[in-house]
Amino acid sequence: MTARTMAQPRDPLARGRLTALVLALALLWPALHIAQFNPAALFDATSLGVMGGFLAGFFPPATDAGFLSLLARATLETLAMATAGMALAFVLAVPLALVVTRSLSISRIGPGAGRGPAAALRAGARLVLTVFRACPEVVWALLFVRAFGLGPAAGVLALAITYGGMLGKVYAEILESGDTRPARALLEAGSGRIAALGYGLLPGAAQELASYTVYRWECAVRASVVMGFVGAGGLGQLMDQSMKMLNGGETSAILVVFLLLVLLADGISAVLRKVLA
Amino acid sequence: MLELRDITLVHPNGHRALDGVSLRVARGERLAVIGPSGAGKTTLLRVAGTSLRPSQGGLTVLDESPWRLAPRQLRALRARIGMVHQAAPLPPRLRVVSAVLAGRLGRWPAWRAIASLLHPLDSAGAQAALARLDLADRLFDRCDRLSGGQLQRIGIARVLYQAPALILADEPVSALDPASADGALRELVAQCEHAGATLVASLHALDLALRWFDRIVGMRDGRVVFDLPRGEVTREMLQRLYAGERAPAPDDLDGSARAADVPAPELMCR
Amino acid sequence: MRASAPAPAVRPARNWAGMAVLAGVLAAVVASFAWLALDLRALFTAEALASMAHFVAEFFPPDLSPAFLAKVGWGTVQTLVVSALGTLMAFAAGALMALPAAGRWGLPARAAARFILNLLRSVPELVWGVLMVLLAGLGPFAGVLALALHTSGVLGRLFAEALENAPPAPEQALRLGGSGAAAALAYGSLPLVWPQWLAYGLYRWEMNIRMAAALGFVGAGGLGQMLYFHLSLFQQAQAATVIGAMFVLVVLVDGGSARLRRTLVAAQA
Repeated sequence: MTARTMAQPRDPLARGRLTALVLALALLWPALHIAQFNPAALFDATSLGVMGGFLAGFFPPATDAGFLSLLARATLETLAMATAGMALAFVLAVPLALVVTRSLSISRIGPGAGRGPAAALRAGARLVLTVFRACPEVVWALLFVRAFGLGPAAGVLALAITYGGMLGKVYAEILESGDTRPARALLEAGSGRIAALGYGLLPGAAQELASYTVYRWECAVRASVVMGFVGAGGLGQLMDQSMKMLNGGETSAILVVFLLLVLLADGISAVLRKVLA
Repeated sequence: MLELRDITLVHPNGHRALDGVSLRVARGERLAVIGPSGAGKTTLLRVAGTSLRPSQGGLTVLDESPWRLAPRQLRALRARIGMVHQAAPLPPRLRVVSAVLAGRLGRWPAWRAIASLLHPLDSAGAQAALARLDLADRLFDRCDRLSGGQLQRIGIARVLYQAPALILADEPVSALDPASADGALRELVAQCEHAGATLVASLHALDLALRWFDRIVGMRDGRVVFDLPRGEVTREMLQRLYAGERAPAPDDLDGSARAADVPAPELMCR
Repeated sequence: MRASAPAPAVRPARNWAGMAVLAGVLAAVVASFAWLALDLRALFTAEALASMAHFVAEFFPPDLSPAFLAKVGWGTVQTLVVSALGTLMAFAAGALMALPAAGRWGLPARAAARFILNLLRSVPELVWGVLMVLLAGLGPFAGVLALALHTSGVLGRLFAEALENAPPAPEQALRLGGSGAAAALAYGSLPLVWPQWLAYGLYRWEMNIRMAAALGFVGAGGLGQMLYFHLSLFQQAQAATVIGAMFVLVVLVDGGSARLRRTLVAAQA
């Protein structure tokens, strides 16, 4: 450090930054303890050995015919789960979004009865959407597996609920954020909500709505694999089983297929969004 | 110290920015490059500063051939060259103190640089450099709170803090009012005298060039038109140099520096 | 919405591509339901509804005894810490990886860095979770590692893209002054991208709080592990409390993150 013949001017941000640093360290210490942070465990010989053996089994990936046909079925099951789940989510989301969207609210136009109850209804629907979204879909999946047994049905329903909540919220946001005057004009002229939606809001918002839906479908494919880990079938369940048996070859084959599937979904999504533009 | 031997630079679109330019600058010299817009002044400085590679010709900077150096040595060479840019390249959210301290990044190890970002390790040094340009009171402000002229002065302060052996200044005072411009050039020249640095500056304001620099190089269309001590530069030479340009004619040497076609420094700060 | 033209109306060409897409989507949906042999009507028979009602009823009332609430509180804190630590580690790792991934160390390093980042984010968190449980044993540490690994892939790529989109002039000027790559990035480009980076980090934290709960299912501690445990023992009342805690945690983190992002945006002004 350079020798200083004059005093260092005081940095006004220094105190705030120091406090923040002290606070962060004060929080970090117990946090590391709570999370049972133990880097030494990573170098434990036995677990490294197990892990090493498992990873070594990754090459070559399992390619026997029986397993490959299992893999193909599981992939289709995952895709079907995602698509069916999104379809149900859509069915759930649309009515809720219609209720929540302020730009379709007849009671908000001018004075008149029904403002209070309508606002309460909107708030209620909003709450329902929030509840649907709050729990991760894996949790719903676990519950449904307990209720309905193993298999993709649990995953489809879990997707329907969680993604229904997400779709509903975003649909409402999109419908509210565009140009709402055509819809408002229609409502003021006495048309019903559906007509106002169809002729007023939809033409402007359709592309964004479709784009988001396709994007969500892509996420649904990934989520379906994750839900498989709790018993909802598809690639996830297969991978869970293979990993539990420490079968590296099967795991790597499933991973490769999963990566390809994600790429495929990504590609389909990009194409669809371009077409719908 | 700095030598350009028959430098030619042709842009990809075919435009000849520099055409057979030869120049020799000794240690401690103060040189002003003048000429109309598009003469190649900026290109000349960028070639000298190893920012641009010439299409042809030889270059020796600080007794090194920069294009033959290994990356690490080129870095060390660049740390000894100070560039004052026409529009100060300062990110808006950076604080003035860090912007000035950045002058010595070429000399500091990475950890020290990052640490100084969080808590300035030599704010006194930065303040001293800023004081020479009347900006000491803005030490801890954010760059986006300053005007274009102030930012330009901070760019100069950074180079002063860097204390390089060679200072290349591209329109260093274009955004400053006459008094500040004078003061800034005074500091740059003082850096030469007291620290033994060499100064090459391109200027639009002819009066400033003639007042502060011993040697004047006139450029036009990528070529050196004349290279003379300031006493030998005549009005006719200047008029020929600027013939056809709409910038202030050599007759109006009344001290009004006009930044004719310099892009506003604010554009850099977005 | 077509305005009626006074001139002889020519029928606008039908959007064949759009209709084909719609038809395709519908076909896919029908095929999916058929493949899964999902008979949704079976869900709505009287006995199915009755057994569902019975199942749901077992969850109420949730177990709110102080001793259990303390355990759930502890699990909540653990899940919160796992998500925060994992995201923090991922932020640091992503920032470090962003340097090569944005090309500051040359093209081969960029390709290598991007490949690693893609690998990290392609593998789902739960798979990382299972691997980390193998390596580090059961408990929240495995969850932290799993989140850190996956999220650094996500954040690293986002950070690198932000860097590549930033104006290069400040950083280049510093390189010209002899600065090293890291210092030039820190002084030149980082001030430009920092608000974006923070926003990405906070957004990922919102995602990670959900994943942290889910990671418990594979043994990474916290609320997820508790839920799995109680459901396996058919202790629905306890499970209900845990689900409630999860819900509260997610809402709190979402709200906190949104507020933090708003203050950050205001601070930039």
